Amino acid sequence: MKKNSIIAALSSQGVLLALALLILFGWLRYDNFLGLFNISTVLRYNSMFALVALGMCFVIMTGGIDLSVGSTAALGSVVSALFSTQGMVVGTLVGVGAGLIVGILNGFLIVRLKILPFIATLATMLAANGTALLLAHDETVSVSYDGTFVNLGQGDFYNIPIPALIAVLAYAIGSVVLNFTSTGRSVLAIGGNEDASRMMGLPVNRVKFMVYVLSGGLSGLAGVILASQFGAGQPIEGVGWELFAIASVVVGGTLLTGGVGSVGATLAGVLLLGLIFNVLNFENGLGWISLSAYWQSVIRGLFLLFVVILQSRLTLRQKQA
Amino acid sequence: MALEMVSETPQKSPILLSMQNINKAFAGIPALSSASLEVGFGEVHALIGQNGAGKSTMIKVLTGYVKSDTGAISFDGSPFEARSPQDAQRQGISTIYQEINLVPFRSITENICLGREQRRYGLLNWAAMHEEAQKLMARFNIKIDVRKPLYEFNTATQQMVAIARAIGFKAKLVIMDEPTSSLDEREVSVLFDVIRQLKHSGISVIFVSHKLDELYQVCDRVTIMRDGRTVKVGELQSISKIELVASMLGRDVVQVAKSATAFGKRSGKIGETVLVASNLSAGHKVQDVSFSVKSGEIVGLAGLLGAGRTESARLVFGADARRGGEMSLGGQSHHPRDPIEAIARGIGFSSEDRKVEGIIPDMSVAENLTLALMPQLTKVGIVDEQKQLVIVEKFIKRLGVKCNGPDQRIRELSGGNQQKVLLARWLAMNPKLVILDEPTRGIDVGAKAEIQLLIKELANDGLGVLMISSELEEVIEGSDRVFVLREGRSVAELSGKQITEAAVMAAMAHGETEQAL
Amino acid sequence: MSDVATDTHKLAKSFDATQFLTKYSTVLALLALVIFNLIFTKHFISVQTLNVNLTQVATIVIVGVGMTLVIATGGIDLSVGSMMAISGAIAPLIFLGTAVHISEIHLSVAVAMIVAVTTAGAFGWFNGWLITHFRIQPIIATLVLFIAGRGIAQVSTNGNLQPFKLGEFQWIGLGRWLGVPVQVVIMIALVAIAAWVLRRSLFGRQILAIGGNEQAARLSGIPVARVKRWVYCISGLCSGIAGLVVIAINSSSDANLVGLGMELDAIAAVAVGGTLLSGGRATVTGTLVGALIIQLVRYTLLSNGVPDDVAKLVKAALIVLAVWLQRQSRA
Repeated sequence: MKKNSIIAALSSQGVLLALALLILFGWLRYDNFLGLFNISTVLRYNSMFALVALGMCFVIMTGGIDLSVGSTAALGSVVSALFSTQGMVVGTLVGVGAGLIVGILNGFLIVRLKILPFIATLATMLAANGTALLLAHDETVSVSYDGTFVNLGQGDFYNIPIPALIAVLAYAIGSVVLNFTSTGRSVLAIGGNEDASRMMGLPVNRVKFMVYVLSGGLSGLAGVILASQFGAGQPIEGVGWELFAIASVVVGGTLLTGGVGSVGATLAGVLLLGLIFNVLNFENGLGWISLSAYWQSVIRGLFLLFVVILQSRLTLRQKQA
Repeated sequence: MALEMVSETPQKSPILLSMQNINKAFAGIPALSSASLEVGFGEVHALIGQNGAGKSTMIKVLTGYVKSDTGAISFDGSPFEARSPQDAQRQGISTIYQEINLVPFRSITENICLGREQRRYGLLNWAAMHEEAQKLMARFNIKIDVRKPLYEFNTATQQMVAIARAIGFKAKLVIMDEPTSSLDEREVSVLFDVIRQLKHSGISVIFVSHKLDELYQVCDRVTIMRDGRTVKVGELQSISKIELVASMLGRDVVQVAKSATAFGKRSGKIGETVLVASNLSAGHKVQDVSFSVKSGEIVGLAGLLGAGRTESARLVFGADARRGGEMSLGGQSHHPRDPIEAIARGIGFSSEDRKVEGIIPDMSVAENLTLALMPQLTKVGIVDEQKQLVIVEKFIKRLGVKCNGPDQRIRELSGGNQQKVLLARWLAMNPKLVILDEPTRGIDVGAKAEIQLLIKELANDGLGVLMISSELEEVIEGSDRVFVLREGRSVAELSGKQITEAAVMAAMAHGETEQAL
Repeated sequence: MSDVATDTHKLAKSFDATQFLTKYSTVLALLALVIFNLIFTKHFISVQTLNVNLTQVATIVIVGVGMTLVIATGGIDLSVGSMMAISGAIAPLIFLGTAVHISEIHLSVAVAMIVAVTTAGAFGWFNGWLITHFRIQPIIATLVLFIAGRGIAQVSTNGNLQPFKLGEFQWIGLGRWLGVPVQVVIMIALVAIAAWVLRRSLFGRQILAIGGNEQAARLSGIPVARVKRWVYCISGLCSGIAGLVVIAINSSSDANLVGLGMELDAIAAVAVGGTLLSGGRATVTGTLVGALIIQLVRYTLLSNGVPDDVAKLVKAALIVLAVWLQRQSRA
């Protein structure tokens, strides 16, 4: 019993501890690590991943998976770039709308046609990618700098990058939804035991549909920020985002089999994985050793490995109990 | 005076639930024929019967899992029909399943309140919900932190949570399906206190269990089902245990049954001891089980459902981990870590669940038949298909498997023929001992007789057979020796003329073989 | 008795029709595509067209062979692309003499190939170990190497492009054997071996038994964990070979790009080819046919003026359709 609690605590709080240690390490070792410029760069860049990971977090908590988030974001970026002349609001709406459509398609395939989430979202990943390339005529779509659109990704609000504000807001809402609405609790119940949830009278199908739509919408939003931040809609961006998002969610202690999860820890997971890259940059900047940037994926993989093994111990124990 | 009588005798209280003339057939095979069930207000009603007697179908009809073909249900004074278990729950009937149907990683509060959450300003009001959960649990004298996830608590507490959930949903009738199967004695007594409390607050309980002693502790009346019919209803205190067992099994206690199986007289010689198992224990279900098998002998393991027969047999085969006890095979210590080891030593095991643990549905008859034999059929990793065909055809012929040929997929065969293939899977490797768990379950009468004959032949040829069966005739007429298990302990060993229905039933009911009648 | 006979006969007859359709639907689809092209696509019937289409699918099918075996056990392998990158990164390090110097060029190439493919196989074995020892879901266990694997490849080459021009090595991607591209020969050989293994060998039986009913397989004495580890190891080996083919064609190794997105192509080929994604029923030739269908659909669309992006949409629809049909025929 006690060992269980320790492992559970480790897999849910461990990410915060690791994040704190990494920040402490960076602060002690590098000048300017906690400087305004570095912080705002890290936050601005990682806010896109944070949004995608938030949607993924909800999907995984129901016991599903969404592989289409990366190409959905790319699609969102292209669509919003095409409409960027119309200003920030329209650009955002169409980008998010494109994401929602992919999400609805996912929900339909998974809930109605009962196709495995893994395969269904694999197919929509291809479809979104194809659509993005088609709309973009196979090249990046420049964003109009005339209007307000670029402010979304490049602007600041009292020195805080706007994308970061959006991400924080999204996580705050996500956290409230998860913890203080019956829909949120249903998400966790379904992932924990779908049959039991049906028996308890929870609207299983509706909730499952909703998480995929949410994931699609948030990916679309991430795409809008991508376009606005880098000044172009990028049809071939987003490759591997889904796996980065899954890794963040898992490192954040959300159980991949569903049923246990935390929105806040997912954000910590995103920041942790993002900061590893940042720290590598600083380390190279010191010039003592030259660790290539490519170590980041190795380290990310090792993190994931560690967390997954920890989780497997926990679930095994729980099954034996 | 008359008034007092009414309030003191629950059996005269008005009827809460009445199910009459319930018929239900699955694919033309009747599961319920004119079954009935009546439960009074504040009554704890036992529902018992063998496997396939229809009690679970009855509950499924009541809770809206399946729709009955014909029949009338009235509940709390008006006609009742549940479209789904959720619907039944809304109308006041909650079910607590054997496999607890809750969400393990969520808190106790959530498990109690999911589906009817309390809100304030549109958001969940956790304080109020925790308080409600705490209150509900306190009714059972359980003081725990309701914020903690469910899996951190033991099965008994989890069950209390399920009951608390039912009460929270204002249930008038709570159905408990084998609630004590994974509880220890102390936990059982807590559960019974809770059931008595429910009763006092006017909530009725349908209690499904195979542990007869428990029924007497907590139930008022009993309904016994067999073959889809209600065969006996009555005050529990006026029915003896042996009568319960007799009605469940469809036997007249006094009458000596005529031969009902194909086993007949045995001619083979019983030889050396093959397997000795002593004081086995594992999990909740096996406490202290001992038995032995000689070559050329059919040994029956008898017992009611949940007595630990299958679980004990699996230990011999290395399919589950053993906690304690000793086993020896052919005089040598036998503690297999996995089935591979047991098979290498000449043990075969035909599982009670053909679909889940037996057949590989998409594989052919030949492939299924030779699955355990495969290592011997391969040369440098290549399956010798000539040799395989010879063996397969031999066994198809010997066992009379009806199929289009060795290449037909096993999923297309009837249950009886699938079973024959699975038996052949073990016979083909020429074992010393086979464990047959419910070898004739769910197959038609003709195939049943064939399989029984086959088992006899095998024993005559010198094979040791350990047979588990819920059919009393099969155990009594087929076995040379019978070990009776009761609640995880072996309580009797019978051989030769001692093997009578009365003796076996008495051991199943009381744990002693002296005849009650 | 005669009743029983006619009954089983009837059963057999009605079954044969569905069996025929499910068994040959992919081949029929391929035939239809070929016929369509014969009629509508100019210059379709030429050796060049054949070679173009076959070389396009060769790497996908080579990886798909391993993937088919993995899926047959009820698993999945997401790390194939990364393992291709690892193999593709290691081989040049050896035959270019960056890591070790072997002066005899043929020996050098041989060592390079063997070390590269074995390393990929070892990583595959690691996947299997994670899955069987910790009982981690395959999709997650292989995700670890999906992420870390490419990093390992990038780190070992410092992310640099390794260009080379070395006939002794590049025959694997550019050479011909009796007029047939060597990679196509490798593909056909692997398909043939795997199809034979699946049908005739003990190992194949064990794979299908595990995918068909893992509990029953365990109770029949099949060493489930060992078989699974081997299957993932084989998937690694196949990916390793595919990695070599890709860098040979490109005349360079780029750890960032080799095998990118390969897991999706391989899974798509397996799914369209008719292998049951839940395991227990698998066809390696089906995977070949599946890959050809996907390729030919693309080729057909492209050669008839439809943009490649639309072809992607069609591919997505194909996958969904194949899986949905599978569900229907099982229900």
